[in-house]
Amino acid sequence: MLDLTPKEIMEKRHITINPCKTCEPVGAMFCALGVESCMPHSHGSQGCCSYHRTVLSRHFKEPAIASSSSFTEGASVFGGRSNLNTSVKNIFDLYDPDIIAVHTTCLSETIGDDVGNYIMDMELPENKTVLYASTPSYEGSHIQGFSNMMIGFMNFMTKKEETTDKLAIFPGWVNPGDDRELKRIAKLFGADFIYFPDHEGSLETPMTGAYKYFPKGAGTPAADIKALGSVKKLIALGQIASVEPAEYMEKQYKVPYTLIPSPVGVKLTDQYVMALREATSHEVPAELEAERGRLVDLMLDSHQYTHNKKVAIFGDPDVVYSFTAFCIELGMIPKYVITGTPKENFTRSVKKLFEDNGLDPEQSVIKADTDLFYLHQLIKNESVDLLLGNSYGKQIAKAEGMPMVRMGFPVLDRYGNTIQATVGYAGGIRYVEKITEVLMDRQDTDAADEDFEIVM
Amino acid sequence: MADINRTDILHERENSILRKQDGFCSGNGMQCDAASVSGAVSQRACAYTGARVVLNPITDAYHIIHGPIGCSSYTWDIRGSLTSKEDIYRNSFCTDLRETDIIFGGAEKLTKAIEELIKEQNPKLIFVYSTCIVGVIGDDVDAVCRIMSEKYNIPVIPVKSPGFSGNKSTGYKMACDAIMELLLPHKTDEKVEGINILGDYNLAGEMWIIKNYFKKIGIPVVSAFTGDANYENMIKAPSATINVVQCAGSSTYLANRMEEELGIPYLKVSFFGIEDTTNSLIRVAEALGNEEARKKAVEFCSQEAAKMEGFLEKYRRNLQGKKVAIYVGGGFKAISLIRQFDLMGMKTVMVGTQTGKKEDYEIIESLVGEDTVILDDANPAELEAFMKEKGADILVGGVKERPLAYKLGIAFCDHNHERKRPLAGFEGVYHFTTEINQSINSPVWDYVKGGCV
Repeated sequence: MLDLTPKEIMEKRHITINPCKTCEPVGAMFCALGVESCMPHSHGSQGCCSYHRTVLSRHFKEPAIASSSSFTEGASVFGGRSNLNTSVKNIFDLYDPDIIAVHTTCLSETIGDDVGNYIMDMELPENKTVLYASTPSYEGSHIQGFSNMMIGFMNFMTKKEETTDKLAIFPGWVNPGDDRELKRIAKLFGADFIYFPDHEGSLETPMTGAYKYFPKGAGTPAADIKALGSVKKLIALGQIASVEPAEYMEKQYKVPYTLIPSPVGVKLTDQYVMALREATSHEVPAELEAERGRLVDLMLDSHQYTHNKKVAIFGDPDVVYSFTAFCIELGMIPKYVITGTPKENFTRSVKKLFEDNGLDPEQSVIKADTDLFYLHQLIKNESVDLLLGNSYGKQIAKAEGMPMVRMGFPVLDRYGNTIQATVGYAGGIRYVEKITEVLMDRQDTDAADEDFEIVM
Repeated sequence: MADINRTDILHERENSILRKQDGFCSGNGMQCDAASVSGAVSQRACAYTGARVVLNPITDAYHIIHGPIGCSSYTWDIRGSLTSKEDIYRNSFCTDLRETDIIFGGAEKLTKAIEELIKEQNPKLIFVYSTCIVGVIGDDVDAVCRIMSEKYNIPVIPVKSPGFSGNKSTGYKMACDAIMELLLPHKTDEKVEGINILGDYNLAGEMWIIKNYFKKIGIPVVSAFTGDANYENMIKAPSATINVVQCAGSSTYLANRMEEELGIPYLKVSFFGIEDTTNSLIRVAEALGNEEARKKAVEFCSQEAAKMEGFLEKYRRNLQGKKVAIYVGGGFKAISLIRQFDLMGMKTVMVGTQTGKKEDYEIIESLVGEDTVILDDANPAELEAFMKEKGADILVGGVKERPLAYKLGIAFCDHNHERKRPLAGFEGVYHFTTEINQSINSPVWDYVKGGCV
């Protein structure tokens, strides 16, 4: 496995080997699947849409329905206007969503399709919305596509009206299990809030034997997106995925925001809890204090198995940042902290995280805009005890015989991941169990008979 | 189609849906092999995908994707093709084009990328895939490949597969053209007795099963495309006596070109099901005029079939009368599946393909029973409508169909890239039958419908 990886590091490559990111449109599609009665639409070749649906289906184990303009050679020469018009008509006729959320692709961007204009010229059925976001695949990564689509929704739908007492919460790129947990915590504060986007119920539908493309009540309702401009405050989670949508809220609708990292582990969940306390003027519920106490108790019970263990963390910038913070809380040493997303903010904020915790960032490798080939080379030079990231790391884990814990996107090779929380104190408890389990399994497996014990 | 009156079918799609009645289908045959209807939610992919799935199993090739990162990451380890040796193909190589490359052109970046790989990795064979964007910005990929090939004296072969240039079938052709570019310099008049196997991708080790059968009946396999293929082995192909084509959809074009340009005739075979496997082995022996191999094939197949009889009898009790819906990539596979289900006592009530040809649909029509629905390039709305109407018990399909079937409360079997057990040959019949049985008769179905009480 991965025999090609040389130990000597190839600097300044022009070839990306084993990427740690994917392209913008899939982020846009994922975002749009978190809106009620919304069909994501890929304005490009048939393959883009097919790939995005496949990867979402494989991660969430759910049908990910989305449509495509199905570009042919003709459309690539003469423009995709008629493909888009036909698509919109067919989608409303056949699938009948309330909203079609169009995102562009490298193809439609490069041939210069003016999707905004095409949409303005359309005659739409009553009470139907078509909106779009620009998501060229040759910029940023899927995380940028997710942000752009959020802004696309707001740009078309959100209105500034008299400020209400409501809050808004932007969860960033998380799983349905996280959505449920983040909302549960907010509800414990008695908060009245708009949550956008929301994949609980849309990419995680309970099995009933009946299937609906757009189940009622799943995803952020259109009315909520409209009302975003009138909220009194926004709590935005995920410093990379949510920063631009949060800035947009402030600029367009004068909504003040608090931007905090995705709440994984103790301190970052504390930050979310404090933001809610401040926004609601509600005391921290005893239930949450107890949950926090249980997580800390568990960390204390197990700390000897995580302390000073070296870990490589890779994946999308927000989840990597937050897991780095959590690993530091567990006494682990984040040796390699890597994302493929080209955002230098990521490196800066991870370095600051190290410094704030008395760790020397120079002793570790913290890098954005890189790939898993590079991570593998680093590991070949100095190994770590644990690999923490998405399924694409499993080849490295196999090649180097290392334990691995899956988190982030995509997880293509395990079940039950997306319906459980990563965030909150509950997510922390789940991941302490996962991490100590693989580390202790490794210890058991490697132990000589005389060192092998039942009690640990 | 006239007698199917439903709102979940688009007007443009009506001629791609047939229903067998009074022994045949109405209308002028299937409207197929055409561009997908925009906005219909086709389950199809693009030309680039077609090229990738055909070439990717070549184990020691460096498959470089010239385009933005998505095209590379989605096709990383795209199908479960197994390898007996090298595993270069299980990595993902990409020029990761950025905005500046789109403006100023990506040819220079591609050149540098290729040179880095050649210097660091010493590759024997490189494929360079053009994606949509490269087709539009007009990078001269052919020239870059030619220059690299000459400079470093290794084959650097362009695969002209911009996604918009057609559906998967178009991509299959582009891949076959790339294979021909590799083979033509090795054209030879010196033939050896033996076959090439075309269109098997060694999913779950199926190529190994098929090769083993040929070994058992004494027919040498010269080369095989592309499951577990490697450079050294592929360039031997021009010396084979005949080509045996397993996946007709992807490889008939290659077989035609090899016949015309390398003088190797071909025959189409199928190793799915007892009947097809038996016929195929015998027909290959006959085509070679190898009487001894023919005898061995007859003997071997009847032994294997006899071993299966008790097994099939046992499962038939579980499966008899169950209704099957099929939605697969190509026509040939659909045909094999209908035959296999017949043998299990199961009835095919709906059958469709992404890229079937008119001839395929004619054969399908002749095999299925009365009132079966036949579709080309179906979408989830149609699949749902017809599976519900026909009361299908199981769907056979690919990755995007699996969750759809489950949500509808219908069992599922993957006969595509995600199959984890080999479904070819006699072993395949065993796996396929147990897999169908396992999904249809899983205890989980007892909990699907109804609530807590």
